[in-house]
Amino acid sequence: MAEDFLRIDKLVKTFGGNSVVKGVDLSFRRGEFVTLLGPSGCGKTTILRMIAGFERPTSGLISVEGKDITDLAPNQRKIGMVFQAYALFPNMNVGDNIAFGLKIAGMPKAQREARVEEMLKLIGLAGYGKRFPFELSGGQQQRVALARALAPSPKMLLLDEPLSALDAKIRVSLREQIREIQRELGITTVFVTHDQEEALSISDRIVVLNAGNIEQVGQPFEIYNKPATRFVATFVGTLNTLHATVADAGAKTVTIGTTIATIPALPASAVRGEAVALTMRPEAVTLADRDIMLEGKVAEVAFLGSVIRLKVDLGGNLVNLDTFNDQRTPPPAHGTSVRVGIAASDVLVLGA
Amino acid sequence: MIARRFWAWVVFGLGAAYFLLPLLATFIFSMQMRRDRLTFDAYLSVFADERFQSTFTYSLLCAVFAIIVGIIIVLPAAYFVRLRLQWLRPVMEFITLLPLIVPPIILVFGHIKLFNSSSILPLTNSTFGTDVLIVCGYVTLALPYMYRAIDTGLRTIDVQTLTEAATILGADPIRTMVQVIFPNIFVAVLSGAFLTFAIVIGEFVLASLLNRPAFGVYMQNVGANRAYEPSALAIISFALTWGAMGVIQLLDRFAPRTARQA
Repeated sequence: MAEDFLRIDKLVKTFGGNSVVKGVDLSFRRGEFVTLLGPSGCGKTTILRMIAGFERPTSGLISVEGKDITDLAPNQRKIGMVFQAYALFPNMNVGDNIAFGLKIAGMPKAQREARVEEMLKLIGLAGYGKRFPFELSGGQQQRVALARALAPSPKMLLLDEPLSALDAKIRVSLREQIREIQRELGITTVFVTHDQEEALSISDRIVVLNAGNIEQVGQPFEIYNKPATRFVATFVGTLNTLHATVADAGAKTVTIGTTIATIPALPASAVRGEAVALTMRPEAVTLADRDIMLEGKVAEVAFLGSVIRLKVDLGGNLVNLDTFNDQRTPPPAHGTSVRVGIAASDVLVLGA
Repeated sequence: MIARRFWAWVVFGLGAAYFLLPLLATFIFSMQMRRDRLTFDAYLSVFADERFQSTFTYSLLCAVFAIIVGIIIVLPAAYFVRLRLQWLRPVMEFITLLPLIVPPIILVFGHIKLFNSSSILPLTNSTFGTDVLIVCGYVTLALPYMYRAIDTGLRTIDVQTLTEAATILGADPIRTMVQVIFPNIFVAVLSGAFLTFAIVIGEFVLASLLNRPAFGVYMQNVGANRAYEPSALAIISFALTWGAMGVIQLLDRFAPRTARQA
């Protein structure tokens, strides 16, 4: 495909006898923000390090704009990278850190200084050029690291868990800033994280990885609402599980306790009497009327501000239910009997 | 509590006396060149001695070259071992400890045997060749200190991430080492350098057997033939070594503070 900017073909990486990346195929469009998401040890960082050139693939190809870069040295790749540990050069001030790549590229001094000023403005740290890294907070250091990576106008930007070492509040504001800068520059970006909320909020597309394999590639909306595998469904977001028995496979009906419900997502392979796990997001369960209505008791109430999370006991199945705070109606008390509604179209049936 | 403090001070005082009394005695003796009063005549006599100046300069030059060669050999070796060949570290530790185990006399006999006038590389044939040989010997003697100083310096920075950050910005390994790694372990390299200096200035065996006019040989010579000057020399070399240690301490305060490491 001509529109692919970065392509990864059948990428494999083994350390000793241990395969960490097991034949991954991916393509990234120009200007796209793609997140590699997965638990630790899933191979996401290894893939990123192979794109950067720090690890040599055991087999497979990496190409940028149709050119094979698999064997190219990292200092020839024209890639910008931001590390979890900031990795600013402690002996240089902020300005010299940002100018480092420009100096190597042979940019004349006057131009270099102008570029440094431009980058400092971009990250909102104008006037900080003479400070040293140890005089900055973690968030400021990471912004400088971002400016340093972007200064030589790289072909793409790699972000290796850049927010993990920061406080929660700074994490959110910095990720918004990163996304804003990325949009402004239109630079193709690969972001690695284990934080699903971060991935959902920032990405054009998410690649969910598990044990060296791709589980699903898609937009955040798809990943969250239409998880392709059980792993994706459980790793991304919270999930409720209801145990049910297939009543009539042809009519796609199941029995949940004593209630009979039609589930459009029931696979054709289901057999009468088979036990199935119905899953749904907490926000798909409501106290309003829906096509599936179930009786239950409130087991727990957590008031989170704008959202109220209830745990409802549905005949042994404990289900999370998210509802928005309403100033006129207080949340149901612990132990109250409630009727819970679920839209049949929101129910997913996951394989074991 | 007070009793414990008291005994701590007693032990400290005894230890200090053990080190300082001989020094003090030497110092007082060095000032007794004139019978009736204490003077610095012995020092004046030492400084006025042309051989003092020439041998000291010779040893100083040897030290400078030994430091330069030592850094050129040890810095890249220690850096690459930390970066890519972690499994080699025990081997490095062992090799760099060898000069402490093998006496200098063995080293210099090996040198003479390998590089004598009838060998393939007859370094001892010329003065310059012998100087090269003696500097190489000093590099070897200082290896344990130089390696440990630099390795300790490398431990205080995140070598791998800093290297990767420099590399992805386009730097080659030499540029990374010179502009990123070296400035951040400069103080450690300096302490290695001063230790090398201290060793070379007082070294006797190599210089004597290679028959070079080094400071150590001169000190021995004076010690064998004069009364007060050797004491003055001893005090001078103590002052030099302590001065070097003081400089290390001082420079340590100006060490670049490294980034918080995750």
